[in-house]
Amino acid sequence: MMGLLKRDLSLALRAGGGFGLALAFFLIFVALVPFGIGPETGRLSDIAAGLLWLGALLACLLSLDRIFQLDWEDGTLDLIATSPLPLEAASGLKALAHWLTTGLPLVAAAPVLGLMLNLPPAAFPWLIASLLAGTPALSVIGTFGAALTVGIKRGGLLLSLLVLPLYVPTLILGALTATRGAQGLDATTPLLLTAGITLGAAAVLPFAAAAALRVNLR
Amino acid sequence: MVSIWEYANPRRFMATSGAVLPWVAAIAALSLIGGLVWGFFFTPDDFRQGATVKIIYVHVPAAIMAVNAWLMMLVASLIWVIRRHHVSALAAKAAAPVGMIFTLIALFTGAVWGQPMWGTWWEWDPRLTSFLILFLFYLGYMALWEAIDNPDQAADLTAVLCLVGSVFALISRYALVFWNQGLHQGTTVSTVGVGVARNEGVADVFLYPLMVSLAGFAFLFLALVLYRTRTEIRARRVKALIAQERMA
Repeated sequence: MMGLLKRDLSLALRAGGGFGLALAFFLIFVALVPFGIGPETGRLSDIAAGLLWLGALLACLLSLDRIFQLDWEDGTLDLIATSPLPLEAASGLKALAHWLTTGLPLVAAAPVLGLMLNLPPAAFPWLIASLLAGTPALSVIGTFGAALTVGIKRGGLLLSLLVLPLYVPTLILGALTATRGAQGLDATTPLLLTAGITLGAAAVLPFAAAAALRVNLR
Repeated sequence: MVSIWEYANPRRFMATSGAVLPWVAAIAALSLIGGLVWGFFFTPDDFRQGATVKIIYVHVPAAIMAVNAWLMMLVASLIWVIRRHHVSALAAKAAAPVGMIFTLIALFTGAVWGQPMWGTWWEWDPRLTSFLILFLFYLGYMALWEAIDNPDQAADLTAVLCLVGSVFALISRYALVFWNQGLHQGTTVSTVGVGVARNEGVADVFLYPLMVSLAGFAFLFLALVLYRTRTEIRARRVKALIAQERMA
Protein backbone atom coordinates (compact mmCIF):
# COMPACT_ATOMS: atom_id res chain seq x y z
CA MET A 1 0.00 0.00 0.00
CA MET A 2 2.67 2.45 1.04
CA GLY A 3 4.75 1.04 -1.79
CA LEU A 4 2.22 2.14 -4.37
CA LEU A 5 2.02 5.60 -2.85
CA LYS A 6 5.81 5.90 -2.71
CA ARG A 7 6.11 4.73 -6.29
CA ASP A 8 3.56 7.27 -7.53
CA LEU A 9 5.18 10.07 -5.60
CA SER A 10 8.70 9.32 -6.80
CA LEU A 11 7.50 8.89 -10.37
CA ALA A 12 5.83 12.27 -10.21
CA LEU A 13 8.92 13.86 -8.71
CA ARG A 14 11.58 12.27 -10.90
CA ALA A 15 9.97 11.38 -14.20
CA GLY A 16 9.43 15.02 -15.02
CA GLY A 17 6.56 16.80 -16.62
CA GLY A 18 4.05 15.96 -13.92
CA PHE A 19 4.97 17.69 -10.74
CA GLY A 20 5.81 21.23 -11.73
CA LEU A 21 3.50 21.50 -14.68
CA ALA A 22 0.28 22.17 -12.79
CA LEU A 23 2.06 24.77 -10.68
CA ALA A 24 3.45 26.49 -13.75
CA PHE A 25 0.01 26.49 -15.32
CA PHE A 26 -1.42 28.06 -12.18
CA LEU A 27 1.22 30.80 -12.31
CA ILE A 28 0.61 31.48 -15.99
CA PHE A 29 -3.13 31.57 -15.47
CA VAL A 30 -2.78 34.19 -12.76
CA ALA A 31 -0.27 36.15 -14.83
CA LEU A 32 -2.67 36.21 -17.78
CA VAL A 33 -5.65 37.43 -15.78
CA PRO A 34 -4.63 41.13 -15.63
CA PHE A 35 -4.13 41.09 -19.41
CA GLY A 36 -7.74 40.06 -19.83
CA ILE A 37 -9.35 41.98 -16.97
CA GLY A 38 -7.12 45.04 -16.74
CA PRO A 39 -4.52 45.91 -14.12
CA GLU A 40 -6.67 48.03 -11.74
CA THR A 41 -5.87 46.66 -8.31
CA GLY A 42 -9.33 47.40 -6.93
CA ARG A 43 -11.09 45.29 -9.49
CA LEU A 44 -8.50 42.52 -9.24
CA SER A 45 -8.83 42.31 -5.49
CA ASP A 46 -12.60 41.90 -5.82
CA ILE A 47 -12.30 38.85 -8.01
CA ALA A 48 -8.96 37.48 -6.77
CA ALA A 49 -10.43 34.83 -4.47
CA GLY A 50 -12.67 33.34 -7.14
CA LEU A 51 -9.92 33.51 -9.76
CA LEU A 52 -7.45 31.66 -7.56
CA TRP A 53 -10.00 28.91 -7.03
CA LEU A 54 -10.71 28.72 -10.75
CA GLY A 55 -7.00 28.60 -11.55
CA ALA A 56 -6.38 25.84 -9.02
CA LEU A 57 -9.27 23.86 -10.46
CA LEU A 58 -8.03 24.16 -14.04
CA ALA A 59 -4.46 23.31 -13.02
CA CYS A 60 -5.80 20.24 -11.26
CA LEU A 61 -7.84 19.28 -14.31
CA LEU A 62 -4.83 19.41 -16.63
CA SER A 63 -2.90 16.79 -14.71
CA LEU A 64 -5.76 14.30 -14.38
CA ASP A 65 -5.14 12.15 -17.42
CA ARG A 66 -1.73 11.20 -16.07
CA ILE A 67 -3.25 9.43 -13.08
CA PHE A 68 -3.99 6.18 -14.86
CA GLN A 69 -2.95 6.70 -18.48
CA LEU A 70 0.76 5.83 -18.17
CA ASP A 71 0.07 2.86 -15.92
CA TRP A 72 -2.55 1.68 -18.39
CA GLU A 73 -0.18 1.92 -21.33
CA ASP A 74 2.75 0.04 -19.82
CA GLY A 75 0.57 -2.60 -18.12
CA THR A 76 1.23 -1.55 -14.55
CA LEU A 77 -2.49 -1.15 -14.03
CA ASP A 78 -3.06 -4.85 -14.73
CA LEU A 79 -0.46 -5.72 -12.10
CA ILE A 80 -2.09 -3.38 -9.60
CA ALA A 81 -5.47 -4.93 -10.36
CA THR A 82 -4.20 -8.48 -9.82
CA SER A 83 -2.25 -7.60 -6.67
CA PRO A 84 -3.77 -8.43 -3.25
CA LEU A 85 -4.47 -4.71 -2.72
CA PRO A 86 -8.15 -4.04 -3.48
CA LEU A 87 -8.68 -1.81 -6.49
CA GLU A 88 -10.75 0.55 -4.36
CA ALA A 89 -7.76 1.18 -2.10
CA ALA A 90 -5.50 1.55 -5.12
CA SER A 91 -7.70 4.24 -6.65
CA GLY A 92 -7.94 5.98 -3.30
CA LEU A 93 -4.15 5.98 -3.08
CA LYS A 94 -3.87 7.26 -6.63
CA ALA A 95 -6.11 10.16 -5.69
CA LEU A 96 -4.01 10.81 -2.59
CA ALA A 97 -0.81 10.77 -4.62
CA HIS A 98 -2.36 13.15 -7.14
CA TRP A 99 -3.37 15.50 -4.37
CA LEU A 100 0.05 15.41 -2.72
CA THR A 101 1.80 16.19 -6.00
CA THR A 102 -0.75 18.66 -7.44
CA GLY A 103 -3.24 19.90 -4.89
CA LEU A 104 -0.85 20.56 -2.03
CA PRO A 105 1.67 22.58 -4.10
CA LEU A 106 -1.25 24.61 -5.46
CA VAL A 107 -2.38 25.37 -1.92
CA ALA A 108 1.16 26.42 -1.04
CA ALA A 109 1.45 28.65 -4.10
CA ALA A 110 -1.97 30.27 -3.77
CA PRO A 111 -1.02 32.87 -1.10
CA VAL A 112 1.90 34.14 -3.19
CA LEU A 113 -0.32 34.44 -6.24
CA GLY A 114 -2.93 36.03 -4.01
CA LEU A 115 -0.43 38.80 -3.26
CA MET A 116 0.03 39.35 -6.99
CA LEU A 117 -3.73 39.71 -7.44
CA ASN A 118 -3.99 42.04 -4.47
CA LEU A 119 -6.14 39.69 -2.43
CA PRO A 120 -7.39 41.42 0.76
CA PRO A 121 -5.35 40.33 3.82
CA ALA A 122 -8.43 39.05 5.65
CA ALA A 123 -9.00 36.51 2.91
CA PHE A 124 -5.69 34.63 3.19
CA PRO A 125 -6.62 32.26 6.02
CA TRP A 126 -9.97 31.52 4.38
CA LEU A 127 -8.38 30.98 0.99
CA ILE A 128 -5.83 28.52 2.36
CA ALA A 129 -8.41 26.75 4.49
CA SER A 130 -10.89 26.44 1.62
CA LEU A 131 -8.22 25.16 -0.77
CA LEU A 132 -7.01 22.67 1.82
CA ALA A 133 -10.56 21.50 2.37
CA GLY A 134 -11.60 21.50 -1.28
CA THR A 135 -8.67 20.40 -3.46
CA PRO A 136 -8.74 16.78 -2.19
CA ALA A 137 -12.28 16.56 -3.59
CA LEU A 138 -10.93 17.75 -6.96
CA SER A 139 -8.33 14.97 -6.93
CA VAL A 140 -10.82 12.28 -5.90
CA ILE A 141 -13.44 13.33 -8.47
CA GLY A 142 -10.72 13.61 -11.08
CA THR A 143 -9.47 10.12 -10.31
CA PHE A 144 -12.97 8.84 -10.97
CA GLY A 145 -13.06 10.71 -14.29
CA ALA A 146 -9.63 9.37 -15.22
CA ALA A 147 -10.77 5.83 -14.40
CA LEU A 148 -13.79 6.25 -16.67
CA THR A 149 -11.77 7.41 -19.65
CA VAL A 150 -8.59 5.38 -19.21
CA GLY A 151 -9.35 3.05 -22.12
CA ILE A 152 -10.09 5.85 -24.58
CA LYS A 153 -7.38 7.10 -26.87
CA ARG A 154 -6.98 10.87 -26.74
CA GLY A 155 -9.55 11.02 -23.96
CA GLY A 156 -8.23 14.24 -22.46
CA LEU A 157 -10.94 16.50 -23.81
CA LEU A 158 -13.68 14.02 -22.97
CA LEU A 159 -12.23 13.77 -19.46
CA SER A 160 -12.62 17.53 -19.01
CA LEU A 161 -16.19 17.41 -20.30
CA LEU A 162 -17.06 14.67 -17.82
CA VAL A 163 -15.21 16.05 -14.82
CA LEU A 164 -16.04 19.77 -15.01
CA PRO A 165 -19.76 19.42 -14.24
CA LEU A 166 -18.80 17.20 -11.30
CA TYR A 167 -16.51 19.97 -10.04
CA VAL A 168 -19.35 22.49 -9.79
CA PRO A 169 -20.37 22.05 -6.15
CA THR A 170 -16.77 22.03 -4.90
CA LEU A 171 -15.96 25.16 -6.87
CA ILE A 172 -19.10 27.00 -5.76
CA LEU A 173 -18.60 26.32 -2.08
CA GLY A 174 -14.81 26.68 -2.05
CA ALA A 175 -14.82 29.95 -3.96
CA LEU A 176 -17.70 31.19 -1.82
CA THR A 177 -15.63 30.55 1.30
CA ALA A 178 -12.69 32.53 -0.06
CA THR A 179 -14.89 35.35 -1.42
CA ARG A 180 -16.79 35.76 1.82
CA GLY A 181 -13.49 35.77 3.66
CA ALA A 182 -12.28 38.52 1.31
CA GLN A 183 -15.36 40.57 2.16
CA GLY A 184 -14.53 40.24 5.84
CA LEU A 185 -17.48 37.97 6.58
CA ASP A 186 -17.48 34.77 8.56
CA ALA A 187 -17.25 31.87 6.12
CA THR A 188 -17.42 28.89 8.45
CA THR A 189 -20.57 27.42 6.90
CA PRO A 190 -19.37 27.18 3.28
CA LEU A 191 -15.98 25.98 4.55
CA LEU A 192 -17.63 23.14 6.45
CA LEU A 193 -19.76 22.31 3.41
CA THR A 194 -16.64 22.21 1.23
CA ALA A 195 -15.00 19.85 3.69
CA GLY A 196 -18.19 17.80 3.66
CA ILE A 197 -18.03 17.40 -0.12
CA THR A 198 -14.41 16.30 0.15
CA LEU A 199 -15.20 13.72 2.81
CA GLY A 200 -18.25 12.43 0.97
CA ALA A 201 -16.38 12.19 -2.32
CA ALA A 202 -13.41 10.46 -0.68
CA ALA A 203 -15.75 7.96 0.95
CA VAL A 204 -17.75 7.02 -2.14
CA LEU A 205 -15.87 7.78 -5.33
CA PRO A 206 -12.93 5.33 -4.94
CA PHE A 207 -15.54 2.58 -5.22
CA ALA A 208 -17.00 4.10 -8.38
CA ALA A 209 -13.48 4.59 -9.77
CA ALA A 210 -12.62 0.96 -9.02
CA ALA A 211 -15.81 -0.20 -10.72
CA ALA A 212 -14.93 1.84 -13.81
CA LEU A 213 -11.36 0.47 -13.81
CA ARG A 214 -12.65 -3.11 -13.64
CA VAL A 215 -14.87 -2.46 -16.66
CA ASN A 216 -11.95 -0.95 -18.55
CA LEU A 217 -9.58 -3.79 -17.66
CA ARG A 218 -12.07 -6.47 -18.71
CA MET B 1 -48.55 -13.10 -14.51
CA VAL B 2 -46.95 -10.69 -16.92
CA SER B 3 -44.05 -8.89 -15.37
CA ILE B 4 -42.12 -5.91 -16.62
CA TRP B 5 -38.99 -8.06 -16.86
CA GLU B 6 -40.56 -9.87 -19.83
CA TYR B 7 -39.51 -6.86 -21.88
CA ALA B 8 -35.89 -7.49 -21.06
CA ASN B 9 -36.17 -9.90 -23.97
CA PRO B 10 -35.50 -7.73 -27.04
CA ARG B 11 -37.86 -9.81 -29.18
CA ARG B 12 -40.76 -9.23 -26.81
CA PHE B 13 -39.83 -5.60 -26.41
CA MET B 14 -39.78 -5.11 -30.17
CA ALA B 15 -43.16 -6.81 -30.62
CA THR B 16 -44.93 -4.90 -27.86
CA SER B 17 -43.31 -1.54 -28.48
CA GLY B 18 -44.04 -1.86 -32.19
CA ALA B 19 -47.71 -2.36 -31.40
CA VAL B 20 -47.84 0.41 -28.81
CA LEU B 21 -45.74 3.02 -30.58
CA PRO B 22 -48.35 4.32 -33.09
CA TRP B 23 -50.85 4.83 -30.27
CA VAL B 24 -48.37 6.62 -28.05
CA ALA B 25 -47.33 8.80 -30.96
CA ALA B 26 -50.96 9.57 -31.78
CA ILE B 27 -51.77 10.51 -28.18
CA ALA B 28 -48.63 12.66 -28.07
CA ALA B 29 -49.59 14.48 -31.26
CA LEU B 30 -53.21 14.98 -30.19
CA SER B 31 -52.47 16.27 -26.71
CA LEU B 32 -49.56 18.41 -27.89
CA ILE B 33 -51.63 20.05 -30.60
CA GLY B 34 -54.65 20.25 -28.30
CA GLY B 35 -52.75 21.69 -25.37
CA LEU B 36 -50.74 24.18 -27.40
CA VAL B 37 -53.68 25.40 -29.52
CA TRP B 38 -55.86 25.69 -26.43
CA GLY B 39 -53.10 27.47 -24.59
CA PHE B 40 -52.04 29.79 -27.39
CA PHE B 41 -55.42 30.84 -28.78
CA PHE B 42 -58.14 30.15 -26.23
CA THR B 43 -56.76 31.47 -22.96
CA PRO B 44 -56.85 35.10 -21.85
CA ASP B 45 -53.67 37.14 -21.59
CA ASP B 46 -52.26 37.41 -18.14
CA PHE B 47 -53.06 40.50 -16.09
CA ARG B 48 -49.41 41.46 -15.68
CA GLN B 49 -47.45 39.41 -18.19
CA GLY B 50 -49.65 39.91 -21.23
CA ALA B 51 -49.24 37.40 -24.04
CA THR B 52 -45.78 36.29 -22.94
CA VAL B 53 -47.41 34.07 -20.33
CA LYS B 54 -48.18 31.65 -23.17
CA ILE B 55 -44.56 30.55 -23.27
CA ILE B 56 -45.47 28.57 -20.16
CA TYR B 57 -47.10 25.87 -22.31
CA VAL B 58 -43.74 24.97 -23.79
CA HIS B 59 -41.35 26.06 -21.06
CA VAL B 60 -42.76 24.24 -18.04
CA PRO B 61 -43.48 20.86 -19.70
CA ALA B 62 -40.05 20.86 -21.37
CA ALA B 63 -38.34 21.63 -18.07
CA ILE B 64 -40.28 18.96 -16.19
CA MET B 65 -39.54 16.35 -18.84
CA ALA B 66 -35.86 17.36 -18.97
CA VAL B 67 -35.48 16.38 -15.32
CA ASN B 68 -37.67 13.30 -15.66
CA ALA B 69 -35.65 12.10 -18.63
CA TRP B 70 -32.54 12.08 -16.46
CA LEU B 71 -34.46 10.21 -13.75
CA MET B 72 -35.53 7.66 -16.34
CA MET B 73 -31.91 7.26 -17.43
CA LEU B 74 -30.93 6.79 -13.80
CA VAL B 75 -33.52 4.03 -13.30
CA ALA B 76 -32.59 2.37 -16.59
CA SER B 77 -28.88 2.51 -15.69
CA LEU B 78 -29.60 0.96 -12.30
CA ILE B 79 -31.55 -1.85 -13.97
CA TRP B 80 -28.63 -2.42 -16.33
CA VAL B 81 -26.09 -2.47 -13.48
CA ILE B 82 -28.17 -4.79 -11.32
CA ARG B 83 -29.91 -7.12 -13.78
CA ARG B 84 -27.92 -6.58 -16.97
CA HIS B 85 -30.83 -6.27 -19.38
CA HIS B 86 -29.53 -4.87 -22.63
CA VAL B 87 -32.83 -3.22 -23.56
CA SER B 88 -32.54 -1.13 -20.41
CA ALA B 89 -29.06 0.12 -21.25
CA LEU B 90 -30.17 0.96 -24.78
CA ALA B 91 -33.23 2.79 -23.46
CA ALA B 92 -30.97 4.94 -21.29
CA LYS B 93 -28.80 5.67 -24.31
CA ALA B 94 -31.89 6.50 -26.36
CA ALA B 95 -33.30 8.87 -23.74
CA ALA B 96 -30.19 11.05 -23.41
CA PRO B 97 -30.46 13.13 -26.62
CA VAL B 98 -34.20 13.59 -26.09
CA GLY B 99 -33.61 14.85 -22.57
CA MET B 100 -30.83 17.10 -23.79
CA ILE B 101 -33.13 18.70 -26.37
CA PHE B 102 -35.82 19.23 -23.73
CA THR B 103 -33.24 20.93 -21.54
CA LEU B 104 -32.25 23.13 -24.45
CA ILE B 105 -35.89 23.98 -25.15
CA ALA B 106 -36.43 24.90 -21.51
CA LEU B 107 -33.32 27.10 -21.50
CA PHE B 108 -34.22 28.77 -24.77
CA THR B 109 -37.88 29.47 -23.98
CA GLY B 110 -36.77 30.63 -20.54
CA ALA B 111 -34.45 33.17 -22.12
CA VAL B 112 -37.18 34.36 -24.47
CA TRP B 113 -39.54 34.67 -21.53
CA GLY B 114 -36.99 36.24 -19.23
CA GLN B 115 -36.14 39.05 -21.63
CA PRO B 116 -39.51 40.89 -21.44
CA MET B 117 -40.24 39.84 -17.83
CA TRP B 118 -36.94 40.30 -16.04
CA GLY B 119 -35.26 42.49 -18.64
CA THR B 120 -32.44 40.00 -19.17
CA TRP B 121 -31.84 36.99 -21.38
CA TRP B 122 -29.79 35.21 -18.79
CA GLU B 123 -29.37 35.50 -15.09
CA TRP B 124 -27.12 33.41 -12.86
CA ASP B 125 -30.06 32.21 -10.90
CA PRO B 126 -29.97 28.79 -9.17
CA ARG B 127 -32.72 27.31 -11.32
CA LEU B 128 -31.30 28.57 -14.59
CA THR B 129 -27.79 27.58 -13.67
CA SER B 130 -28.77 24.09 -12.57
CA PHE B 131 -30.42 23.55 -15.93
CA LEU B 132 -27.26 24.65 -17.64
CA ILE B 133 -25.34 22.12 -15.56
CA LEU B 134 -27.90 19.44 -16.35
CA PHE B 135 -27.29 20.22 -20.01
CA LEU B 136 -23.54 19.71 -19.48
CA PHE B 137 -24.23 16.37 -17.79
CA TYR B 138 -26.27 15.27 -20.79
CA LEU B 139 -23.43 16.29 -23.11
CA GLY B 140 -20.84 14.37 -21.09
CA TYR B 141 -23.04 11.29 -20.90
CA MET B 142 -23.63 11.24 -24.65
CA ALA B 143 -19.99 11.91 -25.41
CA LEU B 144 -18.95 8.95 -23.27
CA TRP B 145 -21.38 6.67 -25.14
CA GLU B 146 -19.90 7.83 -28.42
CA ALA B 147 -16.29 7.44 -27.34
CA ILE B 148 -16.32 3.73 -26.46
CA ASP B 149 -16.55 1.04 -29.12
CA ASN B 150 -17.47 -2.01 -27.09
CA PRO B 151 -21.22 -1.62 -26.38
CA ASP B 152 -21.22 -3.49 -23.06
CA GLN B 153 -18.27 -1.53 -21.78
CA ALA B 154 -19.91 1.71 -22.88
CA ALA B 155 -23.14 0.74 -21.14
CA ASP B 156 -21.27 -0.05 -17.90
CA LEU B 157 -19.22 3.13 -17.86
CA THR B 158 -22.11 5.41 -18.78
CA ALA B 159 -24.23 3.77 -16.10
CA VAL B 160 -21.57 4.50 -13.47
CA LEU B 161 -21.31 8.06 -14.78
CA CYS B 162 -25.10 8.45 -14.62
CA LEU B 163 -25.22 7.25 -11.00
CA VAL B 164 -22.36 9.47 -9.84
CA GLY B 165 -23.61 12.35 -11.98
CA SER B 166 -27.06 12.19 -10.39
CA VAL B 167 -25.57 12.59 -6.93
CA PHE B 168 -23.44 15.53 -8.03
CA ALA B 169 -26.29 17.14 -9.95
CA LEU B 170 -28.35 17.05 -6.78
CA ILE B 171 -25.52 18.50 -4.68
CA SER B 172 -25.01 21.21 -7.31
CA ARG B 173 -28.67 22.10 -7.10
CA TYR B 174 -28.44 22.79 -3.37
CA ALA B 175 -25.01 24.40 -3.57
CA LEU B 176 -26.43 26.80 -6.15
CA VAL B 177 -29.32 27.75 -3.89
CA PHE B 178 -26.73 28.47 -1.23
CA TRP B 179 -24.65 30.42 -3.72
CA ASN B 180 -27.10 32.94 -5.10
CA GLN B 181 -30.58 34.15 -4.43
CA GLY B 182 -32.87 33.40 -7.33
CA LEU B 183 -34.87 35.52 -9.71
CA HIS B 184 -36.91 32.59 -10.96
CA GLN B 185 -40.15 31.92 -9.12
CA GLY B 186 -40.52 28.83 -6.97
CA THR B 187 -42.50 25.72 -7.86
CA THR B 188 -46.01 26.72 -8.82
CA VAL B 189 -47.08 23.57 -10.62
CA SER B 190 -46.80 20.26 -8.86
CA THR B 191 -47.96 16.86 -10.01
CA VAL B 192 -47.15 14.81 -6.96
CA GLY B 193 -49.18 11.71 -6.16
CA VAL B 194 -52.43 10.79 -7.83
CA GLY B 195 -53.96 13.43 -10.01
CA VAL B 196 -52.93 17.02 -9.87
CA ALA B 197 -52.19 18.70 -6.59
CA ARG B 198 -53.44 22.16 -7.34
CA ASN B 199 -51.54 24.98 -5.90
CA GLU B 200 -52.25 28.64 -5.72
CA GLY B 201 -49.55 29.62 -8.19
CA VAL B 202 -51.29 29.07 -11.52
CA ALA B 203 -54.92 29.92 -12.16
CA ASP B 204 -57.21 27.22 -13.57
CA VAL B 205 -57.62 28.89 -16.97
CA PHE B 206 -53.90 28.44 -17.53
CA LEU B 207 -53.51 25.21 -15.58
CA TYR B 208 -55.78 22.92 -17.64
CA PRO B 209 -54.21 23.59 -21.05
CA LEU B 210 -50.83 23.37 -19.30
CA MET B 211 -51.67 19.89 -18.03
CA VAL B 212 -52.75 18.78 -21.50
CA SER B 213 -49.54 20.14 -22.94
CA LEU B 214 -47.55 18.42 -20.18
CA ALA B 215 -49.21 15.13 -21.06
CA GLY B 216 -48.30 15.84 -24.69
CA PHE B 217 -44.65 16.32 -23.80
CA ALA B 218 -44.64 13.19 -21.62
CA PHE B 219 -46.10 11.04 -24.39
CA LEU B 220 -43.79 12.66 -26.93
CA PHE B 221 -40.86 11.67 -24.73
CA LEU B 222 -42.19 8.12 -24.40
CA ALA B 223 -42.75 7.82 -28.14
CA LEU B 224 -39.29 9.16 -28.99
CA VAL B 225 -37.57 6.90 -26.45
CA LEU B 226 -39.44 3.82 -27.70
CA TYR B 227 -38.62 4.71 -31.29
CA ARG B 228 -34.96 5.37 -30.57
CA THR B 229 -34.63 2.23 -28.44
CA ARG B 230 -36.05 0.20 -31.33
CA THR B 231 -33.51 1.81 -33.63
CA GLU B 232 -30.69 0.98 -31.22
CA ILE B 233 -31.82 -2.66 -30.98
CA ARG B 234 -31.96 -2.92 -34.76
CA ALA B 235 -28.52 -1.32 -35.06
CA ARG B 236 -27.20 -3.88 -32.56
CA ARG B 237 -28.74 -6.71 -34.60
CA VAL B 238 -27.17 -5.42 -37.78
CA LYS B 239 -23.81 -5.27 -36.04
CA ALA B 240 -24.23 -8.86 -34.88
CA LEU B 241 -25.16 -9.99 -38.41
CA ILE B 242 -22.13 -8.28 -39.90
CA ALA B 243 -19.92 -9.91 -37.28
CA GLN B 244 -21.43 -13.32 -38.12
CA GLU B 245 -20.86 -12.75 -41.80
CA ARG B 246 -17.19 -12.06 -41.14
CA MET B 247 -16.80 -15.18 -39.05
CA ALA B 248 -18.36 -17.38 -41.73
